[in-house]
Amino acid sequence: MSKSLLNHILLLVLLFIGIILSLSLGSVSIPFKEIIKSLLALSVENSTWDYIIVNYRLPKTITAILIGSGLAVSGLLMQTLFRNPLAGPYVLGLSSGASLGVAFLIMGAGLLSGILGEFIFSKWAIILAASGGSLLVMLAVLSTAQRVKDTMTLLIIGLMVASLTSAVVSVLAYFSNSDDLQLYIFWSFGSLGNLSWQEVGILASCWFIGLGFAIFCLKNLNALLLGENYAKSMGVELKSNRILIIVSTSILAGSATAFAGPIAFVGLAVPHLVRQLIPTNDHRILLPSVILGGAILMLICDVIAQLPGNENTLPINAVTSIFGAPVVIWLLLRKRKLNF
Amino acid sequence: MSTELNPDKILLSTSSLSIGYKDKRDVISVAEAINFEIKAGELVALIGINGSGKSTLLKTISGQIPSLSGDIKINHQLLSELPLKDLGAVLSLVLTNEHVSKQLTVMELVALGRHPYTNWLGNLSQEDLEKVNQALSQVDLIQKKDKSCESLSDGQFQKVLIARALAQDTALILMDEPTTHLDMFHKAYVLKLLKSIVKNSQKSILFASHEINLALQLCDKIILIDNHKVTYGSPLELIQKGAFDALFPKDYIVFDEHSRTFKMKISED
Repeated sequence: MSKSLLNHILLLVLLFIGIILSLSLGSVSIPFKEIIKSLLALSVENSTWDYIIVNYRLPKTITAILIGSGLAVSGLLMQTLFRNPLAGPYVLGLSSGASLGVAFLIMGAGLLSGILGEFIFSKWAIILAASGGSLLVMLAVLSTAQRVKDTMTLLIIGLMVASLTSAVVSVLAYFSNSDDLQLYIFWSFGSLGNLSWQEVGILASCWFIGLGFAIFCLKNLNALLLGENYAKSMGVELKSNRILIIVSTSILAGSATAFAGPIAFVGLAVPHLVRQLIPTNDHRILLPSVILGGAILMLICDVIAQLPGNENTLPINAVTSIFGAPVVIWLLLRKRKLNF
Repeated sequence: MSTELNPDKILLSTSSLSIGYKDKRDVISVAEAINFEIKAGELVALIGINGSGKSTLLKTISGQIPSLSGDIKINHQLLSELPLKDLGAVLSLVLTNEHVSKQLTVMELVALGRHPYTNWLGNLSQEDLEKVNQALSQVDLIQKKDKSCESLSDGQFQKVLIARALAQDTALILMDEPTTHLDMFHKAYVLKLLKSIVKNSQKSILFASHEINLALQLCDKIILIDNHKVTYGSPLELIQKGAFDALFPKDYIVFDEHSRTFKMKISED
């Protein structure tokens, strides 16, 4: 059996363990046997337990898998497109776009409340604002992508858009009251819970569409490893390919941000973590491993965020970085180099 | 795309070609009235001082930038009428200073040369594998095929890039300074490798180079760009025309017709 296949099996086992842990741990302790019963739609001893599993833990576990893998895949796409190990899903300003949308909704609410009434405080309003913000940034980036010849220019434009939008958010924050500010900050902490089955369904549809685009690009992503000039000489249409990659990233990372808030670190780190285990740059092998790796990392972070045995939870966005960053630093120091 | 063994087959020809750059306001011409023909099995060097337009000519012939006027024909087909997706089956490139990922095995990198022929997912067929192995053995790298490109020396990595172009299996290969960064032995080694490739496979190679002395000894034809003008012919023809006499300032480098080499001028006073 090849080493890469063996490592994929290892990742699958880890994913399975992650799913079990994520389903079994929480503020209410539920016997493992009852969790299995509930998942198999058998009768459960305590109907509250059944309710918690079906309507709270299971959607959250699925959300963690979708968001972790979606962010990891978009990180991989951006790193290859820009040939830069520091690129991540948010390098083109998607999360700052989403933040801007939500910031306008929450902190600019005074202006809008007359028109929208109670709607602005609903969860759907935040999701729509985040998607709208990301979409706006994505359209701006796509229109520049049509015009610029050089991918590096696109990277710099993305970073400029990101700092521009964060500046606007700062201005909004400066003029807003403490309640609104707190609401905004809570959104920016990120959250995997609270998604209804309907919302999980929408997130999953976005995931499938975004991943479909990514799979369509796989062959050209490999050609891009040789650099754009070689890729073009072998018949890769650079512009349309670049647009496909941006659209895929935007759908995956944009939907993740809309439903769970901006989650740092996962998209940037997972491709590097996975390459430590499966040292290749062939995207046909990397894509499935990155999907598994992203899902596993997100599930682990979710379990840690639950603070098992405690009623409080930590903000997921902080957990991903606090626990993830040292792991990556340790791995890199051990191997002494980045497999890129 | 394999070439029939027809030594007089013209693979690349240009007629009244002008090359350069244009934008909305300016047209910057680099060289005009470029006429040459490269036949199957020929090794052709593209010679010129820094900034003379060697790279511009290579980029124009490979379809990366448009020509200002005139025609380029590859396999008797106009380059301007060739869709981008078919170009990869007609000509391949070996470039220097490209940001090529070295996090691939030799085999993986060379196999990327099969890109124009593989299915949508890029899976290699039996034929693809044969072509890749053939390319690897042509540059004598078959025993290193599972090594990471990172572990190779500059000379070996250059051979990997040449093997990638060979795996692409095109009649014409264009190379931009394939011997830069190499020591004297490896420069000679790579050029002799190119010579053996064209002789054994009836492919044609056009390469830009500063190795004028080596090119004069080895190449079938030379394209010389000097001061916006392009001269084309066999090394002997160009020497007889005196094309090399004024290539460099005479105080520094002179062409010695007797030994057919350029020599540095060292003043004796």
